[in-house]
Amino acid sequence: MAQILSPLPGTFYRSASPDQPPFKADGADVAVGDVIGLIEVMKSFHEVKAEVAGSNVQFLTDNEEPVMAGAVLAELS
Amino acid sequence: MIAKLLVANRGEIAVRIIRAAQDLGIATVAVHSEADRDSLHVQLADEAVNIGPPAAKKSYLSVPAILKAASDTGADAVHPGYGFLAENADFADAVVAAGLTWVGPSGDAIRLMGDKVSARIAADKAGVPVVPGSMGRVASIDEARGILKETGFPVMIKAAAGGGGRGIRIANDLAEFETAFPQAAAEALAAFGDGGLYMEKVIGQARHIEVQVLGDGTRAIHCFERECSLQRRRQKVWEEAPSMALSPELRTGLCASAVRLAEAVNYSGAGTIEYLYDDAADRFYFIEMNTRIQVEHPVTEMITGIDLVAAMLRIAGGEKLWIDQDEVQIRGHAIEVRLNAEDPAKGFAPFPGTITDLRLPGGPGVRFDSMLYAGYTVPPFYDSLLAKLIIHADTREAAITRLTRALSETKIEGCKTTKPLFLALAADQSVRSGAFHTRWLEGWLDANSDRLSPDA
Repeated sequence: MAQILSPLPGTFYRSASPDQPPFKADGADVAVGDVIGLIEVMKSFHEVKAEVAGSNVQFLTDNEEPVMAGAVLAELS
Repeated sequence: MIAKLLVANRGEIAVRIIRAAQDLGIATVAVHSEADRDSLHVQLADEAVNIGPPAAKKSYLSVPAILKAASDTGADAVHPGYGFLAENADFADAVVAAGLTWVGPSGDAIRLMGDKVSARIAADKAGVPVVPGSMGRVASIDEARGILKETGFPVMIKAAAGGGGRGIRIANDLAEFETAFPQAAAEALAAFGDGGLYMEKVIGQARHIEVQVLGDGTRAIHCFERECSLQRRRQKVWEEAPSMALSPELRTGLCASAVRLAEAVNYSGAGTIEYLYDDAADRFYFIEMNTRIQVEHPVTEMITGIDLVAAMLRIAGGEKLWIDQDEVQIRGHAIEVRLNAEDPAKGFAPFPGTITDLRLPGGPGVRFDSMLYAGYTVPPFYDSLLAKLIIHADTREAAITRLTRALSETKIEGCKTTKPLFLALAADQSVRSGAFHTRWLEGWLDANSDRLSPDA
């Protein structure tokens, strides 16, 4: 099982804006380099890209949840 | 008279407002998110109320949570600071409807000056020069062609529903305009669901100059101008007062125009009227009014000796202006720099962290407005402003020398900060001679990135 960690502390977002679908739906496949969410840190937004590939992504961090650097955002099978 | 003030903000401005209130003998209530439990404004206020989770939307922007905190603590007034709900007219109305005193202009004044079109019309009526262009939406391309006679080229075509730099096109001649105008209308409709367009003359190299006003609802005075031309991505980084670019005659005309506008809208409290100043043409143009206290207010306080935040509290408490215009005098020169938790050597990337060591600057002419203390953890959820270093001296030249001295004294360990930027700017010949405009800093940053690491 692989994990995707937050590279920064901040607020996690699963979509580019509230009226857009999530970058990755629960259960989707993930390729290396895919954007799986955004971290907002001090009003600037940073893309979180998968560094490993996998399937059946399960998010452990909810949309708009505060996270610390190194927090597990999602797990891949 | 206010007895107990709720400060609906965080960070250095919450600290600043609490200090002003305590200097007037007013009790203070801080509100804070779960991420700000240990913050300085919570420590300094007489009482503190947790109003929700870290996300600003659920705490500092929650009108019900803030009004409940006021009711629970028996506060009789609310100061919004800047940002968050400071220019939210509905919040101002809700505070008043709850039977509380709102420290600021009325909801109606915020609405009038917050809308670009109504503000522009109000300025024009008060005899304040506005940037040549349409006085609202342009109905047709025929009307647009007529407006070109006033604006000339280049001309800016702006989506009425746009903002923050989005939905703007620039046409350099008539051929470009004929193509760009219908395209801009179609794009605006697609992007914002509203095809309405404005037109405005492009002012090439302009300086950002703004006038501080205080009004009591009937009479208004100005506290002279600030110059904030050093900007990065439209964010001010270095502000000063007075502007070195204005002749005494122009200063008089500019400041008088700001007072006319403030009185025309029955302005109450502290406000700022922002202008572009085209120094080549020696002309100034109204751009907008900010109906709040501004980040850079201390430079005005340093040169005039007026405590603007205390003045806001006294005006909201019902006092009529106690200062006559001729009592407001400029003394010396003041400069403020914004120390942000950003790494200037890495494209100004945000840098939250824990302050492991702190050494503050001091001595004559040095003021440090901040919420920092040793051991404080800067949360990642809000803006990156850590501290404002404000310098006062007899002359601009002496202020810049003193700024370098005070920056050298300042040690903030644990976070990267923008201090190296200001040391480099203070040593720059264009900055020292005041030869800059609002887009100067971006070009300077491209050329001087190697000077921005802490070891440079």
